[in-house]
Amino acid sequence: MSFVPSRRRLLKAALVPSAATVVPLRFVPSAAAESVAAPGQFPFFTAVEFTFVEAAVARLIPNDELGPGAKEAGVATFIDRQLAGPYGRAATWYMRGPWRDGTKEQGYQLRLTPAQLYRTAIADVDAWCSNQKQRPFAEQDAAAQDTLLHGLESGDVKLARAPAKDFFQMLLQNTVEGFLADPLYGGNRGFAGWKLIGFPGPRYNYVAEIQQYGKRYKMPTVGLLGRDGSRTRES
Amino acid sequence: MNARRLRVSAIAAAVAATGLLAAAPALVARESSHGSIERGRYLVYAGDCAACHTDERGQLFAGGRPIPTPFGTIYSTNITPDPETGIGNWTSDDFYRAMHEGVAPGDRRLYPAFPYPWYTKLTRADVDDIRAYLSTLPAVKQANKPSELPWPFSMREVMAGWNALYFKQGTFKPNPQKSAEWNLGAYLVEGAGHCGSCHSPKNFAGAPKRDKAFQGGYGEHWYATSLGGDLHDGLGQWSVDDIVRYLKTGANARAAAFGPMAEVVHDSTQHLDADDLHAIAVYLKDLPPHETGTRSASANNGNNVDHDRLARGRGVYVDDCAGCHMDNGEGIPGVFPPLKGNSVVQAQDPETVVHIVLSGEKTAVTRENPTGLAMPAFDWKLDDQAIADLVTYLRNDWGNHGAPVDRDKVASTRSTIVAARTR
Amino acid sequence: MATKLPPVDVVLVGFGWTASILGQELTDAGLQVLALERGSFRDTVPDFATTQIQDELRYAVRNELFEEPERETLTFRNSADQTALPMRHLGSFKPAAGAGGAGVHWNGQNWRFLPTDFMMRSHTEQRYGKRFIPEDMTIQDWGVTYDELEPFYDRFEYLCGISGQAGNLNGAIHDGGNPFEGPRKRAFPLPPLARSYGTVLFDKAAKEAGYKPFPCPAANTSKPYKNIYGVQMGECTYCGFCEWFGCGNYSKSSPQTTIFPVLLEKDNFELRTHMSVTKVLLDSSGKRATGVIYVDPQGREFEQPADLVILTAFAQHNVHLLLLSGIGKPYDPTSGQGVVGRNYAYQITSSVDVFLNEIVNPFMGAGALGQAIDEFNGDNFDHGPQKFVGGGYIALWTTGGRPILQHHLPKDAPKWGSGWKKAMADNYLRTVSIATHGSVMSYRDAYLDLDPTYRDEYGNPLLRLTFDFHDNEHRMSDFLTDKAAGIAKAMKARDIHVKQRKGHYTIVPYQTTHNTGGAIMGTDPRTSVVNSYLQSWDVPNLFVVGSCAFPQNAGYNPTGTVGALAYWAANAIRTQYLKKQGPLVSA
Repeated sequence: MSFVPSRRRLLKAALVPSAATVVPLRFVPSAAAESVAAPGQFPFFTAVEFTFVEAAVARLIPNDELGPGAKEAGVATFIDRQLAGPYGRAATWYMRGPWRDGTKEQGYQLRLTPAQLYRTAIADVDAWCSNQKQRPFAEQDAAAQDTLLHGLESGDVKLARAPAKDFFQMLLQNTVEGFLADPLYGGNRGFAGWKLIGFPGPRYNYVAEIQQYGKRYKMPTVGLLGRDGSRTRES
Repeated sequence: MNARRLRVSAIAAAVAATGLLAAAPALVARESSHGSIERGRYLVYAGDCAACHTDERGQLFAGGRPIPTPFGTIYSTNITPDPETGIGNWTSDDFYRAMHEGVAPGDRRLYPAFPYPWYTKLTRADVDDIRAYLSTLPAVKQANKPSELPWPFSMREVMAGWNALYFKQGTFKPNPQKSAEWNLGAYLVEGAGHCGSCHSPKNFAGAPKRDKAFQGGYGEHWYATSLGGDLHDGLGQWSVDDIVRYLKTGANARAAAFGPMAEVVHDSTQHLDADDLHAIAVYLKDLPPHETGTRSASANNGNNVDHDRLARGRGVYVDDCAGCHMDNGEGIPGVFPPLKGNSVVQAQDPETVVHIVLSGEKTAVTRENPTGLAMPAFDWKLDDQAIADLVTYLRNDWGNHGAPVDRDKVASTRSTIVAARTR
Repeated sequence: MATKLPPVDVVLVGFGWTASILGQELTDAGLQVLALERGSFRDTVPDFATTQIQDELRYAVRNELFEEPERETLTFRNSADQTALPMRHLGSFKPAAGAGGAGVHWNGQNWRFLPTDFMMRSHTEQRYGKRFIPEDMTIQDWGVTYDELEPFYDRFEYLCGISGQAGNLNGAIHDGGNPFEGPRKRAFPLPPLARSYGTVLFDKAAKEAGYKPFPCPAANTSKPYKNIYGVQMGECTYCGFCEWFGCGNYSKSSPQTTIFPVLLEKDNFELRTHMSVTKVLLDSSGKRATGVIYVDPQGREFEQPADLVILTAFAQHNVHLLLLSGIGKPYDPTSGQGVVGRNYAYQITSSVDVFLNEIVNPFMGAGALGQAIDEFNGDNFDHGPQKFVGGGYIALWTTGGRPILQHHLPKDAPKWGSGWKKAMADNYLRTVSIATHGSVMSYRDAYLDLDPTYRDEYGNPLLRLTFDFHDNEHRMSDFLTDKAAGIAKAMKARDIHVKQRKGHYTIVPYQTTHNTGGAIMGTDPRTSVVNSYLQSWDVPNLFVVGSCAFPQNAGYNPTGTVGALAYWAANAIRTQYLKKQGPLVSA
């Protein structure tokens, strides 16, 4: 279903608390010792949106016995920076009309840029929660959050404006990206994602190693900015 | 080195012994029916005149290129035959006086950024041939830019004193104890080639130290390695053929020309005949090994280099350099220069190797080697400490020897490059 | 009003592989050549430097080296009863923009088509009967034979420094190479790449299954190489960042690493970048091209006159330009008349993921490091019992293990959560994938034309693609997948996941950038756009070079054949066209 904002829908949306209205800052203390980014300093997200996304990615890739999850790895920061940049603006996409629903073979036909999709969907999800007499997503317990995410994934949860499945797929895709991209982009902090799977990072010479069959590669993990997995580049 | 001296024909040796070679040493293949213009063209290649006398986007030989000196910038002059702004009105005596004495018409002293201290060695006949060729160029109307030297250097009269102290005027005199080929090489290196203007150390006044000729010096923010016989930071490991190949194609199995030397190869030495290049090589291989003052026995086996530094440097190397220079430092001969046994890496002054890590460089483009393989810049990726560790490592693995490099050296090289770029 | 510029001998539209080859060959013939490229100039340093190129997010996910749909895209539908909608971001295929074109970011998988591939119609009819070919399958003979192209395949391979093992040398079959390949006159210029563990395991299993596996021909140099133009290449170090990325150490064959150093220095060659060609101009007779119109970044129009116009842009962009310029009769699928846009084809792929016990270090790889079997390609097997046309190779490629896009998980692995993490941790280092790479025939209902609704930044109609897989392709692909699964089972893995290609063709997941057809070559102007030499039937001083010339697609990656056709066309221009500028083939 494509997103066609009708006046009525927009008005209705305005009556429920949304990201655009000012609400007291709700900081959900995380299990991890540190928060990845200070509130109020986000290139794209509002503090509320950031908290939402951080909670969502923490379920998509949780912190567990295998190691840090997406939240600890800074994936919310990654997504925030991506949405503030050309990806968020769909700068390289063809975003001219007319706008029509297509078949699934015809791919993305939403009028929304990724940034707009996130902004709209996050507000819609919390609005949906409110309508269901639930607390905002970020304040729910893990099991409830998982249920809601499954609902978005299947499309069973119907949002007021944003198409739930499209939003979920984009969020999941961006979460995987943020977990596994070079840490210079703000995610994969400390190489959390790469260490989980055993990818050693960008190196340019495996001439000797490629024929050492079955042998684990033992060099320390490295990123484009070196072996310090906390180094990022603001962009 | 003695074993490398070329055996010349008996006749040539006899001629050399009689000193009849005191007249113009025969440059190979120049005694042609083309006469003096063609010969002059060849000599202009040998002298690399075009490099300085042509600005980056300017017309050939019309001058205007900024030449950085330790004392400020001077601009090369217009040597096309334009009568007003070029040298069209000069007589051949005028031209010879400029080349031989460093004095232009009107008794105007030239700065030795114009390498007259070397060109003084050229014979009158050769200088006339150069003039003959230059006179065939299209005349370009382009006024010369005044130099940007601070007082007192802005006063050309200062050069009288400098010349008195440091300039030894005079045509090349062959050494009767050396072969004809050696003398030919000497004439080319000490004369037209003016190699010492970069490869010789200079004193505080910017004059070459004659007792340390070719033992390494500076040219345009780059350190030009010693051409002496040292095994680590000279040409001690190079054969005559290595040198010839390097000058002709821009690369050999041991090294690749980059920075100003890539320009020299492209504009000058790739155009010289194999026999002339061979003579240059013979001469260079006869240079003695130089005093490596800072090199001590303990530095020679790396004992005084911190092992942690070496480990960190090795880490940077594997992460960033091995894709081209390979795990064992041997690169791909003729393609990516080996760092093992590399004289630039082990040079007394590591300025050049630090520079190239920071800024990257493109190798010489020559007819035989048109590719222009390039190394990328690492200035944004590696900080000063990482580069210092890396270069220290490069200078001390694979049998290499060199004093450690500290962070401040990298920092100062970095700011020199930035300053030059923003000019 | 377009500003008219001084004329040139030859104008090349687009500056990728075909333009670089034609530019080099025609400047050598003394012509003054101008190349117009809508993207930017790019070179190994600084654009593909080892320092920053191994950045999966930037190049493989956010597509920095590719065309931007914002500037150039097409509309797509499976069938004519649908409304075509824009491909709003890249998916199924990723054309390039910028100097070097797709030659910069390809994997380097370099093949020759089979001799029978060039005679698709006549050979199939001869062996299986006319009725074996479905009525709506519009396959054709090419108008050029393998034997005619052989020297030009050879030239492209020696340009690139292809690493490989010959299987058929002048008719003699040699062990270790592809026993099914067409005869080659001499060995590959370089020996095969080093073997990765995955390819060793595949090789063993394939042999056990009775096949004859061989190393895939690779445009990744196994040794340092100086090519036919004296340009020096490095040696592949298996960094695992080939496809989507430029090569940082001169070991992937591209226009940059094989041609640019000699071409760009020539006085009789000029490159103008950031210039978009929007039209080929014809004189009043409509039979002669007078030049092209291009637009600069400020939106100003220029008219560039030329004696010879050569379209060397990516396949479908060439077709788009022909349609926008009104050259040749556009194809009408209803009547079956017309030629421009006809016989669009693609590639049908599938895979079998193999989950091993051993560590295979997928991140060590090269774009064309693979082991393949060719028993089921072309007409290498009896199609009689199968009742489909076409085939493909089956290969295990170890191109890299880039974490975001190149991880494979078992069929039942959760898509997110702790279960996903565990599946990633358990499988990333121990997974390989066998790929099938199948041909796609051409059909009456698969074509390119101009979209009635959507426009580009210049106000021109977008190209419209109407395409779907047919039963023939599905059956053929399932057949290959089944064979691949057989080899996978012989690899004695923990688990395998057979991933058949199912359902309609979708523009969403990446498959290949092997778009073909639309300006096909042939012997009959009623059913082809260009003749055997890639010269336009309608406009003799216009040549159209690229995979748009393929009448249908074969079961191999197209670049080797594209390179050969470029050399073939260049040769025809040099030895025939320049002497007498007119049609080289009488219609």
